[in-house]
Amino acid sequence: MAEEKAPPPKPAAKPPATMAATPWEGDLARGLKERFGDAVTEASSYLGQNFLVAKPEAITGILQWLKWEADFDYLVDITAVDWPKRAERFDLVYILYSFLRNERVRVKTRVPEGYHPQSVVGVHLTANWLEREVFDMFGIEFAGHPDLRRILMPDEWEGHPLRKEYPILQQDQRWVQENLGIESGQ
Amino acid sequence: MPDATFLDSTELVLNMGPQHPSTHGVLRVILKLDGEKVLGTDCVIGYLHRGVEKIAENRTYAQFSPYVDRMDYVAAISNGLGYCLAVEKLLNVEAPPRAQAVRVILTELNRIASHLLWLGTHALDIGALTPVFYCFREREEALKIFEKYCGARLTTHAFRIGGLQYELYEGFEQEVKAFCDMFLPKVDEYEELLTHNRIWLSRLKDVGILTAEECKEYGVTGPVLRAAGVKWDLRKAQPYSGYEKYDFLIPTRQNGDTYDRYMVRMEEMRQSVRIIRQAVGAIPEGPVMAKVSKVIKPPVGEAYVSIEAPKGELGYYIVSDGSTQPYRVRVRPPSFVNLQALDRMVRGALIADVVAVIGTLDIVLGEVDR
Repeated sequence: MAEEKAPPPKPAAKPPATMAATPWEGDLARGLKERFGDAVTEASSYLGQNFLVAKPEAITGILQWLKWEADFDYLVDITAVDWPKRAERFDLVYILYSFLRNERVRVKTRVPEGYHPQSVVGVHLTANWLEREVFDMFGIEFAGHPDLRRILMPDEWEGHPLRKEYPILQQDQRWVQENLGIESGQ
Repeated sequence: MPDATFLDSTELVLNMGPQHPSTHGVLRVILKLDGEKVLGTDCVIGYLHRGVEKIAENRTYAQFSPYVDRMDYVAAISNGLGYCLAVEKLLNVEAPPRAQAVRVILTELNRIASHLLWLGTHALDIGALTPVFYCFREREEALKIFEKYCGARLTTHAFRIGGLQYELYEGFEQEVKAFCDMFLPKVDEYEELLTHNRIWLSRLKDVGILTAEECKEYGVTGPVLRAAGVKWDLRKAQPYSGYEKYDFLIPTRQNGDTYDRYMVRMEEMRQSVRIIRQAVGAIPEGPVMAKVSKVIKPPVGEAYVSIEAPKGELGYYIVSDGSTQPYRVRVRPPSFVNLQALDRMVRGALIADVVAVIGTLDIVLGEVDR
């Protein structure tokens, strides 16, 4: 049986350096753009998942609008991504779900170091612990949060572990010595 | 800390945990009490924090997949499934049908194992000593299947990105079918011990009520949400791994109390058996691995993929910068989010109810703390 010869492998095309997102068309995207105008800087879709990039000061309004006007009543998650080389260093990501529409949407915003984004606990109670975790891991302080304390790391711990400049082996030496009575946790 | 005003001599701050048998691990709850009545709580978590999300940024996609098993270690297979699906989404590949069927069987077996551990320990907390032995007896049979399939019982690492590493062993189908036949009557047996038991009823009925509205406010998912009357299960709402092919029901109840959550989970075990029976009878032939290159390098982008884990919605939000290591992996842990509702559920209740509510939330601290 003659073996079928595979064509010689082509040199792999260089993957694009940015996300190959396509514009998100739809009533919801249109409605948001209409309502929030320039505050919505991007409405795109990637791998069939819709997301929105908005200015940080508009986030609370957008989440409120999505909750009351578009039935996105379940805040799935809040998280952040650190891009240290970028001027607006952090991506804040809000993942929302609507039981009625069975649809997800991600609302993203970019905030610089030292910016205090408005807390959304007033819109979704679940944001309480989620924002505390973002504060704990990234050091982003939410303005108007009722109880902004660390949640996973010890209260007196120095540093925010999920920032990119925090190496994986780093620890708060002083905390370890004082509280665990050992020289180092390594 | 709740404000402790010791001037009012009726108020007392009591520390529960982290070394307390009914906190299911290392959960510390600071209780503000008036006599036996709970005025407020504060959860102190993080004792098991291992920085899983940080580790992810320093490992390749394949290297990180065993780590996810260590989050919800009683449902490790679900964790693995969620992670594999998320990376597969980024790579835009799908596991072959045979792999999907096996994934469903193992994940549902794992759901049963997880619910059995919950039932045993929950009953133990309430004071029913017998069920835990029965539950562990049956759970052992499920773990034996895992062990035979992939060599591990708890932290299984059963799936690979793109499918499965291992073909099924000889006699897998028979053993799974035998497990189903053996297990279904056992659920009735547990129910005989508990469902109409007067102590069980009075400890669980109307305890820790969480309404559907409150569940949505707190982002609570899984059996807790379904016990409040919301018919929502990701396996039906946004099917993955071929769940749309199987015929099963989403059990719901109306009151949203601890007893309803018990009933929902019991019925879920029966439904899992139903799914397993359908899946094991029709495992398609074919490869178990999709075409995934040895070095996993997803294109620049991001994806959020979630599955219905035994505890609720387990999501992975992965950001890729086009390199071999994930730029960011965020785990949306159901236990962490559900635990937040504890305060609402026990306010005004008694200390003994706190134990019942922690049990009914079915938290795993490995997942809360990550």
